Amino acid sequence: MLDHILSILIFFPAIAAVFGFAVQKDSMRAYGVAVSAIEFALALFLWYAFDNSVSGMQFMEHLPLVPAFGINYTLGVDGISVFIIILAAFFTLLGIGSLTDTPNVKYMIITLLFLQMTMAGVFAALDAIVFYVFWELSLVPMLYIIGAWGGPLRIYASIKFFLYTFAGSLVMLVGMLFMAYFYYQATGYWSFALLDWYRLVLPETFQLWLFVAFFFGFAIKVPMFPFHTWLPYAHGQAPTIGSVILAAILLKMGTYAFVRFSLPLFPDAAAYFMMPIAILAIIMVIYTAMVAYAQKDIKQVVAYSSISHMGIIILGTFALNVEGISGSIFLMLGHGVVAGALFLLVGVIYDRRHTKLMSEFGGLAHVMPRYATIFGIMMMASVGLPLTINFVGEFLSLLGFYQQSHILTLLAGTGIIVGAIYMLAAYKKAFFGDVTNEKNKNLPDINKRELFGLIPLVIVAIWLGVYPKPVLGPINKSVESIVQLMHNKSQTELAKSRIPDLTKEKVVVIKKTVIEEEVH
Amino acid sequence: MLSPINISMESLNLMTLAPMLIPVVGALLILVIDIVKGGLHKSLYVVLSLLFLVMDFVAIANASGIFMTNGTTLGVFDVMLIDGLAILAQFVIVGASMLFIPLAMTHKRFHEFSYPEFFALFLFMIAGFQFMVATDNLILVFVGLETSSLALYTLIAMHNRDKSFEAAVKYFTMGALAAGFFSFGAMIFYALTGSVEINKIALVLAANGYADIGFVLVGVAFFLAAFGFKLSLIPFHTWAPDVYEGASASMAGYMSIVPKIAAFVVAMRFFEFLVHSGIVWLDVVLYIVVVVTMTASNMWALVQTDVKRMLAYSSISHAGFVMAAILIGTTQANSALFLYWILFSFTNLGSFSMLWMSRQKHLPDHQSSDHSYDKFAGMIKTAPVAALIMGLFMLSLAGVPPFALFWGKLYMISSAVTGGYTILALIMALNSAIAGYYYLKLIVYMFMKEPVVANGGEVYVTNATLALKTIIGIAAMGTIFAFVAINPLLEFITAFVYNSGY
Repeated sequence: MLDHILSILIFFPAIAAVFGFAVQKDSMRAYGVAVSAIEFALALFLWYAFDNSVSGMQFMEHLPLVPAFGINYTLGVDGISVFIIILAAFFTLLGIGSLTDTPNVKYMIITLLFLQMTMAGVFAALDAIVFYVFWELSLVPMLYIIGAWGGPLRIYASIKFFLYTFAGSLVMLVGMLFMAYFYYQATGYWSFALLDWYRLVLPETFQLWLFVAFFFGFAIKVPMFPFHTWLPYAHGQAPTIGSVILAAILLKMGTYAFVRFSLPLFPDAAAYFMMPIAILAIIMVIYTAMVAYAQKDIKQVVAYSSISHMGIIILGTFALNVEGISGSIFLMLGHGVVAGALFLLVGVIYDRRHTKLMSEFGGLAHVMPRYATIFGIMMMASVGLPLTINFVGEFLSLLGFYQQSHILTLLAGTGIIVGAIYMLAAYKKAFFGDVTNEKNKNLPDINKRELFGLIPLVIVAIWLGVYPKPVLGPINKSVESIVQLMHNKSQTELAKSRIPDLTKEKVVVIKKTVIEEEVH
Repeated sequence: MLSPINISMESLNLMTLAPMLIPVVGALLILVIDIVKGGLHKSLYVVLSLLFLVMDFVAIANASGIFMTNGTTLGVFDVMLIDGLAILAQFVIVGASMLFIPLAMTHKRFHEFSYPEFFALFLFMIAGFQFMVATDNLILVFVGLETSSLALYTLIAMHNRDKSFEAAVKYFTMGALAAGFFSFGAMIFYALTGSVEINKIALVLAANGYADIGFVLVGVAFFLAAFGFKLSLIPFHTWAPDVYEGASASMAGYMSIVPKIAAFVVAMRFFEFLVHSGIVWLDVVLYIVVVVTMTASNMWALVQTDVKRMLAYSSISHAGFVMAAILIGTTQANSALFLYWILFSFTNLGSFSMLWMSRQKHLPDHQSSDHSYDKFAGMIKTAPVAALIMGLFMLSLAGVPPFALFWGKLYMISSAVTGGYTILALIMALNSAIAGYYYLKLIVYMFMKEPVVANGGEVYVTNATLALKTIIGIAAMGTIFAFVAINPLLEFITAFVYNSGY
């Protein structure tokens, strides 16, 4: 079973989804929870069987798909992807378990199970085309979730989401085809296998162009600053479950792909583009933080804060050293947990009041104390309070980038402070003060189903904040091998200086300043 | 006194004619049956046609076995040319026809199928297409082209609606013009080289170093216009949307596949040597035609209010996409053309059959045309399975992996990349993104809107019979599980294209 655990993880939910059509409507929720619980158990088993001392790929599977054109069904996980897969299964379980009363709940659950398939596939794929297949396929269930269960502008939002990402990924596909062609020219064989590509050293000019092609695909998905406009619409219109999965997992595909593709394939280009991308990331952090502050709708606040944190992840990734990349991967997990939880929390109040405007609320802490507590914890985690999950990731990302540029890191730090301001301001407006609105007087506090979704997230957010080592250790191990690979492949002076060589002992020499005493 | 000409029957290699003669015999048999006893049910003719198509398919498979061992064969005074292209194209032609003919078994009664002539003409048309692809003699190409086209005009007109007559006449006029262009082009090349065979034309032109380049270009321009009409390349596309709208949905689906593959093969034979001869003018013109056809028809498709017209423009766009293969002209590109077209025929025939299945005899008030978008609103609520299948075909047409057409697009764009056409590869990719919008529009209507008028979903399956459902099932299976078949298909196609020297 261990040989094929990744395939099982990918295709079990899909097969279950197909069978789900036969399940009666009222029993569908139990079926969904059961299937996603098994999926999560499988994911935990993957973690259990995962060898922490290995930096390379594990549980590799290989099956020729189109050998004439070098396309193989190749799967594998390392310390970077294994935790995102677990997180995806975790969120599918929580999402289905805490699903509020939705019309057509049967189709919703089937769609979510298909989505789980694509998410597991993206993070386990080690072949560019297989990766691309799952990457594109993930758009379809999300399109349906937003378009069928969303708000009044749902069709506009879902089409914008789909076309934006689709257009970006097609440019990326051209890049992939070029990459395969270069591999063909170098070796005489077609190959889309990522591990083959890792061995290919490209001239710098080719790297720059290919980096740009891949960048379009990934940056739109993240979404990075000039391409971010689809996300507020998608979040604003999506139902709670859609926003949760979108923020927690789907956006991570972009940042994950940067680490998996852009950095190790094009180290020179990554070093070349480090500063422009860092500046975009910082604009993303500060600008969206300011926009978030101006929002009236609490879900939009969370949505923009989510983009803002993705900026820190990008910054950490493009620090190009072990601290930064490890930190950014840890922050992907942290941001997944926290943003997912915040969207769930917004969903709780939306279900009760059918509005998300902060001006409608106020004094909720009196009426819904348990809700206010959980919201408070998650908000603190979101602003990066020490001992919460986000702190570890943000700290490491910034620490990593500090070694590249002090000023930009300071600017990003400012962004985090602005983040604290708007989150606290939003919390103040909604939860403190007197209950002014009559409608809020008798709101029921959080119920069991909602607690099922939230309590595990709170536990994870604090557990990994206090003791991140079981996760950070394997991540670090795999990132070290990637950074070393990048260093070995890099050709330009710039890249050599920006990407550290891990084989050399790092010696920090503090020059002794000798104050010569006057000898009399 | 002339000595009697002695030609041994063996040197004629009459077996090369077998695949074309089978449908001809079938058509004659159908006519004879009708004379002996009229008024028989259409199911008899459908099954007979299917039977002859199966025999035809077997004959082509046999020819492909001969090709594998002996290579290209010539026959009948070297007029017939059975090479890999001819065999592949015939496989597509006959295969798509086999998928098409059971669509006549509709639940509702339609005028055209009650005539046995329909089936006879249909088989004559297939023979015409087969002749067209299995020769490099321009005269035989012309004969095949005219046989098939005249039959096709009649088949369209037999649908017996006002719009069908309009469509048939329009197609006929445009087709006649195209035939004129074709014969003018052939005439010029005959005058230049003294031959009507493409390989001899190529040899003579290469030998004299394209001395009369002016005349060559005039001839090429005529041919380009002739193929432009047949392949509905912009600016010769104007007939296509109207003809598709006028023809029955099944016939429109058929027209978007079979006549075009025949024209593509002739175009491939003809332009192959010209593209590689370094005539810059031709490269530039083809480049422009390809890009404009892809892009402009995508734009038009965006604004259509009728699904069938949208699909018509979309198939123009796909034809432009595939025409890029002829511009690129490498073995990979030519293989990509066949791969793409085989996958496209499954998906496109499937989606047109879905329209055919929902064809009503009378228009309800809220619909402006037979297949307006409104009709499909909220289809997931009333006919979930049909909506899922239609959605599947749309996703495949849009190029969403892992469905059929994605692999075609992948290989085609890859051939552009390998051939050094970087910009073209990007344009092709971005066009796929634009096309995504109008395919998505139908999905939006089906899955995300409420039905315009409450109905029980009968409207989507008014015509459904077991035969139609089987065809759609085959198309859907082919679309979903294409990824399993890509490798054998690709190896087969590449071997055939490579061994015929393209």
